[in-house]
Amino acid sequence: MKIIVCMKQVPAGTKVDIDPETGAMKRMSGETRTNPYDLFALETALQLREQLGGTVTVLTMGPPQAEEMMRDAYTCGADDAVILSDRKFAGADVLATSYALAQGIQVIGGADLIICGRQTTDGDTAQVGPAIAEHLAIPHAAWVAEVVSADEHAICVRQDLVSVSQISRIPYPCLITIDKDTCVPRLPSYLLKKATADRPIRILGFSDMSDQDLSRYGLIGSPTQVERMFAPPVMERQVVIEGTAEEKAEKLFSILTDKKII
Amino acid sequence: MDFLKFDADKCSLCGVCVEGCPFGALTIEGSGILVNEKCRMCGLCVRRCPEKAFRFEQRAKSFDKEKWRNFLIFVEQERGDIHPVTYELIGEARKMAAKVNYEVHCVIVGGKGTAQNAGKLLSYGVDKVFVYEHPGFEGFRADCYADAVSDCIAANKPSSVLIGATSLGRSLAPRLSTRFHTGLTADCTTLDIRPNSDMIQIRPAFGGNIMAQIGITKSRPQFATVRYHVMDRAERVANPTGEVIVCPVTEEMTHSGIQILSSEVIDKVKSLEEEDILVVAGRGARSEKGVELCRALADALGGQLAFTRPMVENGFGDTAHQIGLSGRTVRPKLIITCGVSGAIQFTSCMTGSECIVAINEDPDAQIFQVAHYCINDDLFRIVPKLTELLKNRKEDD
Repeated sequence: MKIIVCMKQVPAGTKVDIDPETGAMKRMSGETRTNPYDLFALETALQLREQLGGTVTVLTMGPPQAEEMMRDAYTCGADDAVILSDRKFAGADVLATSYALAQGIQVIGGADLIICGRQTTDGDTAQVGPAIAEHLAIPHAAWVAEVVSADEHAICVRQDLVSVSQISRIPYPCLITIDKDTCVPRLPSYLLKKATADRPIRILGFSDMSDQDLSRYGLIGSPTQVERMFAPPVMERQVVIEGTAEEKAEKLFSILTDKKII
Repeated sequence: MDFLKFDADKCSLCGVCVEGCPFGALTIEGSGILVNEKCRMCGLCVRRCPEKAFRFEQRAKSFDKEKWRNFLIFVEQERGDIHPVTYELIGEARKMAAKVNYEVHCVIVGGKGTAQNAGKLLSYGVDKVFVYEHPGFEGFRADCYADAVSDCIAANKPSSVLIGATSLGRSLAPRLSTRFHTGLTADCTTLDIRPNSDMIQIRPAFGGNIMAQIGITKSRPQFATVRYHVMDRAERVANPTGEVIVCPVTEEMTHSGIQILSSEVIDKVKSLEEEDILVVAGRGARSEKGVELCRALADALGGQLAFTRPMVENGFGDTAHQIGLSGRTVRPKLIITCGVSGAIQFTSCMTGSECIVAINEDPDAQIFQVAHYCINDDLFRIVPKLTELLKNRKEDD
């Protein structure tokens, strides 16, 4: 059983300062963390390996600093780590990101099961997982709420759609994106940290990909463009309620009553 | 950087780009600017450079946009009924279609009863509904649903495809956009269209505090997912003129790698989206005690208590009661936020509310930018008083 977990290093905070005059974005903090959703993906993979045997490979696309996240994955029990890192991959949107990851997955020999987090906390799109499945032409189940069972041939998962809870069986190879709180991610192990300190992390670049068409990667391979960024619009006609705490509560109460809102 | 071109001859070394780069990716080296690997191609330097020394170099692709026309809406069905986000997508598509003289089409995929549901869409001013009905489409499976919708897209060449940003829609949309090698913008909060049929798509970005306008100008179709309760519902038309077109379904189309073992209806209490009155406890509620005060207010109002993401992460509530990009989008008649700072991930999912009241002791809290009624005070003093007034009123009745 070969499992690949796709992970991403994201900004540690979600705070971006905006210049109120120009609406332009100011410098972001350089601190990073592992996308919290991906921890559930990694834990799910480790539990399946414990049950079925095999290996867990963690895969990411990003700058070489992603090594820190990959070391953390090693200390949790991942067997192998691969970073896709190349300036030619920069500026990628969903299509180009998922294409590079799909290429990377093929280069490292494919997998029986690919597990992604439901979404990232920086992009929040939840689209890269299903897009990878489409590139690889394998079935997928997104927003998996529970891994019901798994054997050497297939995985059974529960998905909660709007008002229906559906359990499906998907034979390998396939991809799932896993919701948060589906399991409890384990803590890093000190013993594993010592044991894996010298374990290499593979770095693959554009020249390692089997498709050498530059127009499929990075900014050039991205059909969506960010045309502008701006601060959210401020409302007009706003009422500020003043007075003591008691008066404010009373004023609000009478406004809401008068306007028949309550 | 391969595609971010820097022209040293034009550069005056003014440093505007270095100063303005949000990622610290630019440094002045000798007689020019060096772009390092932190660059995320956001393009701020291209826009800001007074000498225009930075530019993007993109491969010119000729693309005939004229061959791709009209809007196509994917119609989601839940438990044999049309998901209400569909009517909002139709409303938005009709507004845009009128500007460029396009038609609004729908595609609906499912088991028995699908064609019947398709008929219901015509009274909302839809020009054509393409139906893929087959017992093999009973229950959602991303792979075969994608095959059916792809068939419709390939046959009709829509300029734009709109899909509800439900868990189903967000699973289906990326497969389709990937198959057509085109762009997909998730969770749009505003849509508009240019005369050349390029959509203007606006969504919250960078996980907070900023809105991004996204364009898909070099490929077709343009895919967008839109959250439920963000757009206005379509009005019914007096004399529907649209038609239902039943499309042939091949066995191959219904073939799926996914086998549905069971499907159960989840017992449903009134969801946040359906609630008219909401009280939200934010980080300012701090403790169990603060949350209980907010809950008492919600009870007195006959509404529900909801939470922000940090509160859910701290175990005060579950995701079904979380408002925000990673939770629910709501448009109640009244929403009272207590100790909510108002990050864009939160506000973008509730600004459609008819009346927004914000209680926060921080005068600079961003929530005050979207609130209709602002109370800059301690929620521990305001909320109990308000609850008391409401309870007294009930006793008076």
